[in-house]
Amino acid sequence: MGELLQLIVSGTAAGAIYALAALGFTLLWQASGTINFAQGEFVMVPAFIMLFCMSAGAPLWLAFLATCVIAMLLLGVLFKRIVVDPLIRHGVIPLVIASLGLSIGLKQLMRAGYSAQAFPFPSPFPSGHFAIAGAAISYADVGTLLFAAIIVLGLQAFLERTVTGRAMQAVAQNTDAARVLGIDVRRMVLYTFLINAVLAVVAALLVTPAYLAKFDMGDSIGPKAFFAAIIGGFNQTRGALLGGVLIGVLENVVGFYVSPAYKEGVALILFLVVILVRPEGLLGKAEERKV
Amino acid sequence: MSVVADDVALARTRRPLLRTANIAIAIVVVAFALLPLLLKSYGTYLCTLFCVTLMATYGLNLTVGYAGQMSLGQAAFYGIGAYIAAIALKAGISFYLVLPVAAIVCFVVGLLIGFPALRVQHHYLAFATLGFNILVYLVMRNEEKITGGTYGISGVPRPTLFGLSLDGVLAFFWFTLAATLILIALLGWLLRSPWGRAFAALRDNPIRAESLGINITVYTLLAFAIGAACAGIAGVFFAALVQFVEPAPFHFAASLMMLLAIIVGGSGRFFGPVIGTVVIVLLPEWLRFMQNWYLAIFGFAVVALMIWLPGGVLSIPERFALGKVRR
Amino acid sequence: MSVGADEARARFLEVRDVRKAYGAIKAVDGVSFDVARGEIVGVIGPNGSGKTTLFNSILGQITPSSGSVEFCGEDITGLSPLDLARRGIGRTFQSLQVFVKLSVRDNLIAAAQEFQGTMRSRLLAPPDAGLGARADAMIDLFRLGHVAGRPAGSLSYGQQKLIDIAMAFMPTPRLVLLDEPCAGVNPGLVEELRELLVTLNKTQGGSFVVIEHNMDFIMKLCPHVICMVEGKVLTEGPPRTVQSNPRVLEAYLGN
Repeated sequence: MGELLQLIVSGTAAGAIYALAALGFTLLWQASGTINFAQGEFVMVPAFIMLFCMSAGAPLWLAFLATCVIAMLLLGVLFKRIVVDPLIRHGVIPLVIASLGLSIGLKQLMRAGYSAQAFPFPSPFPSGHFAIAGAAISYADVGTLLFAAIIVLGLQAFLERTVTGRAMQAVAQNTDAARVLGIDVRRMVLYTFLINAVLAVVAALLVTPAYLAKFDMGDSIGPKAFFAAIIGGFNQTRGALLGGVLIGVLENVVGFYVSPAYKEGVALILFLVVILVRPEGLLGKAEERKV
Repeated sequence: MSVVADDVALARTRRPLLRTANIAIAIVVVAFALLPLLLKSYGTYLCTLFCVTLMATYGLNLTVGYAGQMSLGQAAFYGIGAYIAAIALKAGISFYLVLPVAAIVCFVVGLLIGFPALRVQHHYLAFATLGFNILVYLVMRNEEKITGGTYGISGVPRPTLFGLSLDGVLAFFWFTLAATLILIALLGWLLRSPWGRAFAALRDNPIRAESLGINITVYTLLAFAIGAACAGIAGVFFAALVQFVEPAPFHFAASLMMLLAIIVGGSGRFFGPVIGTVVIVLLPEWLRFMQNWYLAIFGFAVVALMIWLPGGVLSIPERFALGKVRR
Repeated sequence: MSVGADEARARFLEVRDVRKAYGAIKAVDGVSFDVARGEIVGVIGPNGSGKTTLFNSILGQITPSSGSVEFCGEDITGLSPLDLARRGIGRTFQSLQVFVKLSVRDNLIAAAQEFQGTMRSRLLAPPDAGLGARADAMIDLFRLGHVAGRPAGSLSYGQQKLIDIAMAFMPTPRLVLLDEPCAGVNPGLVEELRELLVTLNKTQGGSFVVIEHNMDFIMKLCPHVICMVEGKVLTEGPPRTVQSNPRVLEAYLGN
């Protein structure tokens, strides 16, 4: 019993990180119809930027804040201006292809320009465990969960309580109607890209201590973010959270009780089942086919 | 993506031009067939690998370029073909039996993978096929009893042709080249048949197609299955070429490269895969001094291509002909 | 009208009490009408009167909440667009719906090829599926000869509209539903379009149901007109009768 509890807690912590990446992914889709296949690399790049900041002598918290700013510029503003803006009016597919190219480009740039090695990354949380009901729960897992929860709740509060947040939601639900209401759609979309960048930095901060910073770390996080988003329901923000946590917990349980070799397969089996049985996702609403 | 003429469709109307083009193509093919005479064995190996990859990318061009379905799982079919071949050839089964079996297995699996395509939109399909590829890769890596795990399967024998050994690099190159040309010719014929038109109709406007009696379910599944079968055939040749099969070449990154090859060459253009495959197989070898920078540049080049030349390299002449930017 | 003619109508296309509600909104609220073999029926009505929803209910794009549609004595309610096409029911779309990258000629052949032979025979058929001559005849009829080899997506709006209509007639359908064929078409072409439809009705003998805003077009083309308002049939009959009905005018002009 303690074993299972332990698996669930650490799985939820891992899932919370997937959920953060998935959340950014979903927000981008809702606000601008952008499918970002480079989402995994959007986590990898901040991990390295934080490492660079720290090697320049900055403490972790300062490196994190500095990286948030850099990521907002690089993965938020520049990504939107250079890649998304020229392509978005041509439909979903050209942007999918471009973000695939971007994913390869960023990954290989890091490999060729810096290093192919894996680098250790300091954990923002104390090491060690404490015991509850026979389960050894690590402080890192609890810290990750709390941090992720604060970010998600903060984001929810921003989206629901502030004027800007509500305007962003209006854009996400119906861009044309939002425009008619006098909302500055372009600005709201830009905010979404900035939020996505910050979520990626947070995901990087939380995931890298366990995964290590490596040029191809996005290969594992990226697909899980997509799968989490779709499992939960692509057009639902809460769906990304459910999908992420579901994947994290099931991965742990399968890895322990079934076979560690197929741990990586959990997300996609869950995804394939969802797509066949309920393509709109667990929490999603079906989109009517347009004539 | 872009409003450009389908070249197979154009071929129906511009015959005289085609005749000149045919001669040019014949010259290129003969030159390529003779090229390995000037090369060392590694160069010949690369030319053979180029042919093998071409079979897979031509199949993918049918699925993606002509029928308009998104696929990020071509390397999985390539791998399935290769593993079937490695296991069966080592067991002493004839190459000429293995070839159709691998094609049929991939065809059937392609049909099954096509089913999500019927239920979801394009971008979901990218994820579904990507997921399938990851799953196949995991099986290859983990089921050691069958696939040899990360150690792979070595000592795959090469076939013979009418009693002649194909063990030599040159002989196997010509054998593979001939097979590739046959496959491409078959695909060309398929695309010019009414089926090809139905695939294009499905790509351009599935709702309109359905209202004109085009069974989009059947054609979507067929587009996947035929593309997959081509990759399966390519996989068989790959196993015989390298004589060693391991999971690495069938990682989803390889599927990604194949998809990008199609886009770079020109999606839905008959000779697009040739250009694209040169870019992903031959160029990295010529530009070896660039090491990993090559892939980095390739990645960013794809982004630039989508922004400035979404029709791919083969759309450049039209760009000049039209004299204006049209998307 | 004689009883015999009504029976012939009932046996061809029979729409019975079709309803479609979206929540509390009744887009189509109990519509019934018949179309006889070879007849051209016009459907008019102000915006939001439920014409397109009615069309989509007949054409299998949406499933009606209740009611039935019978075609040649067979219940076709809720059949897929593919099944309807196979029964000889064609349609055109309000928005442009052509195969943009295919040539005009290929668009027309694509429109009819699936009605020839089987999957296997089509694989082995010549590239034009034996429809080249028919496609060329249609191209001549629609005066698209000068652009026959061009990709359909590169042509003007009016030309694409003509292709869309020509495609619907390629398989010689028994019934064609035309959704606003004149929308966005310049006035010169409207007259040409009307003549084309009359010609096709005479030569091919199919029945047409036409939704249209262009009253003049409808009045000249259709011997029988149905006027819909707020999801219901307000009145139907010969164009003059409908046109002179004060309630029709009122519906169009508002109160």
